[in-house]
Amino acid sequence: MALTALTSKWSGSVPAVWAVWDVWDENSPDRIIKPVAGDRVFRWITTVCAAAIPVLMAGLVCVMVFNSHLALKKFGLGFLTSTAWNPITQEYGALSSIFGTGVSTLIAMLIAMPMGLAVALFLVEWAPPKLEAFFGTAIELLAAVPSIIYGMWGLFVFAPFMADHVQPLLGRYLGFLPLFKGPPMGIGMLTTGIILALMILPFISSVSRDVFKMVPSVLKESAYGLGATNWEVTKGVILPYALHGIIGAGFLGLGRALGETMAVTFVIGNSHRLSASLFETGNSIASTLANEFTEASEPLYLHALVALGLVLFLITVTSQIAAQLWLRHIIKKAGGK
Amino acid sequence: MSKTDKLLLAVILFIAANIAGALHAGPIIHGAGASFPYPVYSQWAHKYNQITGVKINYQSVGSGAGIRQIKAKTVDFGASDAPMKAEELDESGLIQFPMIIGGVVPVVNIKGINPGDLHLDSKTLTEIFLGKIKTWDDPAIIALNPGIKLPSKAITVVHRADGSGTTWIFTHYLSAVSSEWKERIGAGKAVSWPVGVGGKGNEGVASYLQRIKGSIGYVEYAYALQNQLSHILLQNRAGEYVPPSMETFMAAAEGADWKHSAGFYVVLVDQPGKKSWPITGASFIILYKEHGDAVHAETLLNFFDWCYKHGDEIAIELDYVPIPDSVVEIIKSAWIKEIKSNGKQVWH
Repeated sequence: MALTALTSKWSGSVPAVWAVWDVWDENSPDRIIKPVAGDRVFRWITTVCAAAIPVLMAGLVCVMVFNSHLALKKFGLGFLTSTAWNPITQEYGALSSIFGTGVSTLIAMLIAMPMGLAVALFLVEWAPPKLEAFFGTAIELLAAVPSIIYGMWGLFVFAPFMADHVQPLLGRYLGFLPLFKGPPMGIGMLTTGIILALMILPFISSVSRDVFKMVPSVLKESAYGLGATNWEVTKGVILPYALHGIIGAGFLGLGRALGETMAVTFVIGNSHRLSASLFETGNSIASTLANEFTEASEPLYLHALVALGLVLFLITVTSQIAAQLWLRHIIKKAGGK
Repeated sequence: MSKTDKLLLAVILFIAANIAGALHAGPIIHGAGASFPYPVYSQWAHKYNQITGVKINYQSVGSGAGIRQIKAKTVDFGASDAPMKAEELDESGLIQFPMIIGGVVPVVNIKGINPGDLHLDSKTLTEIFLGKIKTWDDPAIIALNPGIKLPSKAITVVHRADGSGTTWIFTHYLSAVSSEWKERIGAGKAVSWPVGVGGKGNEGVASYLQRIKGSIGYVEYAYALQNQLSHILLQNRAGEYVPPSMETFMAAAEGADWKHSAGFYVVLVDQPGKKSWPITGASFIILYKEHGDAVHAETLLNFFDWCYKHGDEIAIELDYVPIPDSVVEIIKSAWIKEIKSNGKQVWH
């Protein structure tokens, strides 16, 4: 508006920009308001874009249910609890894939969460500014590495290292636990979990870093002023203040770990079996889809694979909803609104 | 002209030449399917294009996807590592014929064992893949290899994780030689493996094999060669221990009864003949029998004819086995009989 007012002042007549609007609203009493039509168009564009998201979601679910109905009808809820996966006899169950997805993600989160927070804390609180800038960029670069690179590095470099050094050591000292039994093959659940951890670490640490930066220094300085130690400030001021954002960072990482495909396919070993040992091979939902989609020619096989995709979708949605609810609960407990 | 200007001009000329080429080009043939023969098909296509100007666009999307695409008529030909059953072909009005032959090779990673050292027969091989024989110093394996010192290491089976024609051939072999395998596991592009770990693609299996000590797996012949994996000598139906090679694959293909197999549905595993490699298989081309456009149909067949006539050298260079001439004769007589355009035969 300011702009049009300016132009009219300059030209002294009806400015050219107005002419467009004049065509469709010649008789309007106050022409000054009219350029606001642009605002209205903009509002419509944004609304349509926003509305497209729930429509897309609903469309996804519809297509997946439609393309998996044969499997859903045949196996019902048993699909979730069966470990069978036999394309010859046409029996399919999702349990081993769900288990593999869950275990690998759990290992990844257990490693990446504390590590990511530690990295972010170091960068924000203790690193000299120059170092912080350098490490900050390095972390963001890590996040940009394509997952296939992590997969190949995992298979060719990391898996042999695990087989030769880490797994024999774990087997020797912790071999009495069922978790660390079995031959050290290098590939398997543990390796997958660690590689996933490396992949989500940059996300967690770079988001946490931004969050930690927003903690007002007045709060920290007062705590230090009262004689608090570094650890006390971290525990009592920074972490509670940033909790919201930390949980957000965690779920960003979780979402990525749940759906990671290529890197997992390379190192998980791709066998449809349940095993308590982390040395053993398994499969995740995403890796099964990547492996078996192209050659699945029977309708029931295809439908079982799409049903797996549906399960992954539901797991992701459920975990996000749980995160929101938990967050609300925490805020309430802390006396927020 | 500055450097950037020159570069820009070059880019524009390149794009223009390509567009002009595309507009000017002769007929285009579209095909899709198996990834195993992709290297040789694309070489053939390249060479054929240079000679005749006919462009062949082959997408290696997997056998299953290839069959789906030819059925949906989005391509001119499909390609599959596993033959379709005669009834299924008739149902859709399709014809298939073998284009190239390959062998599946069991390979091992045992310290001190070189390619061709280890001897196995069909029974021990099946029992290893069933998980019944668990270590390399099992009496059954030692009995077949009296001169070799085998470690007491655990056996790790490596199989394909993705559905594949290689698995189709290998499991058909195991089903042919073992009734237990046939009943418990069966044969197909993907099966429910009793033991082992799965690698994606031939390259996935090859790399797992190289990483895991004491492992045994199966790969396409070309992969075994290129990765210098230790292949075994396998006892064939005639009782001979044979190495995987062009010669033994050819022997298996020649021994098969192509003439009397409906729709060329021939599984080349466990073939008779002293020189036959027991785990051999063909990769197939799938076409429609009825073509609306006779000229296009002839273009299609001309390409395959050229491959049979002049493609052997390229195939051998890439470690594939060409179809024996005797079999090509049978295939061409099938073209004459079955491929039609508006009721008239296309191939003469």
